[in-house]
Amino acid sequence: MIDKADTQQPPSAAGNGEKLYLFDKPKNVQRLLRGFYLCCTLLVLAEFVIHRHVVHSWEGLFGFYAIYGFVACVVLVLAATQMRKLIMRNEDYYDTDSSAADSTANDDGGNGNVGR
Amino acid sequence: MWAADLPPFIPFFAAALIMALTRSHALRAAIGIAVPVLGGLHLWFDVDPGLTTYRTLFEFQLMPFRTDQLSLLFGYLFHIAAFIGMLYALHIRDRVQQIAAMLYAGSALGAVFAGDLLTLFLFWEGLALTSVFLVWARRSKTSFATGQRYLIFQVLSGVLLLAGALLIYRDSGSLEFTKIGLDGPGSWLILLAFGIKAGFPGLHTWLTDAYPESTPTGTVFLASFTTKVSVYALARGFPGTEMLIYVGATMACFPIFFAVIENDLRRVLAYSMINQIGFMVCGIGIGTELALNGAVAHAFNDVIFKGLLFMSMGSVLHMTGKINGSDLGHLYKTMPKTTWLCIVGAASISAFPLFSGFVSKSMVMAALLETHHEIVWLAMLFAAAGVFHHAGIKIPYFAFFAHDSGIRTQDPPWNMVLAMTISAVLCIFIGSYPAVLYSLLPYDTGYSPYDATHVLTQTQLLFFSAAAFVWLQLRGLYPPELRSINLDVEWFYRKLIPSTIHSVGRVIGKPAVFAWRYVVSGLLDKIGDTLSRHHGMEGTLARTWPIGSMVLWVAILLVAYLLLGYL
Repeated sequence: MIDKADTQQPPSAAGNGEKLYLFDKPKNVQRLLRGFYLCCTLLVLAEFVIHRHVVHSWEGLFGFYAIYGFVACVVLVLAATQMRKLIMRNEDYYDTDSSAADSTANDDGGNGNVGR
Repeated sequence: MWAADLPPFIPFFAAALIMALTRSHALRAAIGIAVPVLGGLHLWFDVDPGLTTYRTLFEFQLMPFRTDQLSLLFGYLFHIAAFIGMLYALHIRDRVQQIAAMLYAGSALGAVFAGDLLTLFLFWEGLALTSVFLVWARRSKTSFATGQRYLIFQVLSGVLLLAGALLIYRDSGSLEFTKIGLDGPGSWLILLAFGIKAGFPGLHTWLTDAYPESTPTGTVFLASFTTKVSVYALARGFPGTEMLIYVGATMACFPIFFAVIENDLRRVLAYSMINQIGFMVCGIGIGTELALNGAVAHAFNDVIFKGLLFMSMGSVLHMTGKINGSDLGHLYKTMPKTTWLCIVGAASISAFPLFSGFVSKSMVMAALLETHHEIVWLAMLFAAAGVFHHAGIKIPYFAFFAHDSGIRTQDPPWNMVLAMTISAVLCIFIGSYPAVLYSLLPYDTGYSPYDATHVLTQTQLLFFSAAAFVWLQLRGLYPPELRSINLDVEWFYRKLIPSTIHSVGRVIGKPAVFAWRYVVSGLLDKIGDTLSRHHGMEGTLARTWPIGSMVLWVAILLVAYLLLGYL
């Protein structure tokens, strides 16, 4: 949707005449994002209209929940990205020699259930 | 329908028996649907709180069926979950899965209506032994090994529960399952037993290991029962245990980091499940009426919205054979119904207003502020933003949108779509008319989730969490989905301990071989030689003796005898 690859024509839709879906058109993605930005702005502006009752003093800060949500998620993602350096391994990391062949079977394990 | 004091697990066990005996798939499917529906209606209309039945086993007085508001709530929930699960799995012809699912749901019902610790233990083990077949049902070498690890954790939990129950019986002389609290070793053992099944930090890896390894339908059952029975048991046995506030906060926070970088989308949901149980455990730890209501209401909602999310990912796996975020994308084009239903589940788990998570999670958050746990409240707010990030956005985004994987498929069979639709309707219904759920809760607190402040602040939190996702994506800072796994606590027993044993084996191996070859083996050879020298074919004891020497020895013995006679 907002992936860089999505702003180009998707590979399968490119030349084979496949129907264009909603988010195949970059314009629709832009529309969605604009609507989203508008919602965010309105939500912050709503604080001028709605009087929030506050239990804890931190809550009283203007836009506390908006700022907290944004910062929390950025910190979460950046920290998790750093965690990858420490804990990310190949998919066959736990497979011993005897069971290595089985790891591929596991990848498409859903097929094991199809038609059963 | 049938006698009110008939424990609800009995129809499920009887159904499993009939399923085992019949060869007709249609009959098995019909029983699978009918039993949860009839059982649920029976429980709703015929069974009231305050009912207790007694049975005597040796000198123990057991209570196999005891009802109150708390157990009835979970009883209704498990009937709904069993019905939705059986409907979702209607196309499955695998008899093992069907029987295991019925026995598993029956065990969960047996556990929540157990009035004493011994009955609880029996169904606790029943949960373990029946659910493991749903892990093994994938029938791959990987799922077999995973199932074994799963079973070890589950059985260990049962053993701890039994040991704790016996210690409590020794001290108090009663096996009744009421508030246990933390005093004495027996209560600690029971807390640990409950903690394993609830996925306490460090004891959680059986969950993230096994749930993504089951079949698309099996995981839906797994996600509904074991952990929720444990939440029920904690709510009954350990309400107001302060330690649980911090345990719950840890459970809510740490899995979201793993969920962000996890590639297997069902494993993302498994981490997300621990995160949600964290809210419940925290509420139980606070122990006020509002917090306990919040904990059990959230358990109720979680079974439905997490079930919906697992069903939508199960549908993706069923239709495409793939479940890794790196392999999926743009499925909205050909699985539009599944996409919408998944989004409803995502909105519910993220606690958007008008969706079910909103009306239950907020009770725990409000109770935290009321009891002045501000730091924990901030941590839980972080977890609430995080869950939207990984379960609310990541799951639908990477499966149905993101990059075009080129996969063109279709929505799953009608029964799977119907099961998901029922769950989605329940999510919206409970979120929009919370009074129905609130009337079933153990306490009447008069809480109302819908006021302007709460709606505004929660919507702000969620929209700006989404804004962070958009910003990180546009800046290229969002970690891409990679074909990989992430190490967790299981590394200790899946890698460290086995490799240590191998290393120790290698280190002591050579001296051991040397010792064996030259010392032990040499010694054994010598012993063998000596034995063969005396007892072998040519050995001393095997020789033929000449008659002359025999006579000589007889004569000597007789002389000796004579001499002794004279003495």
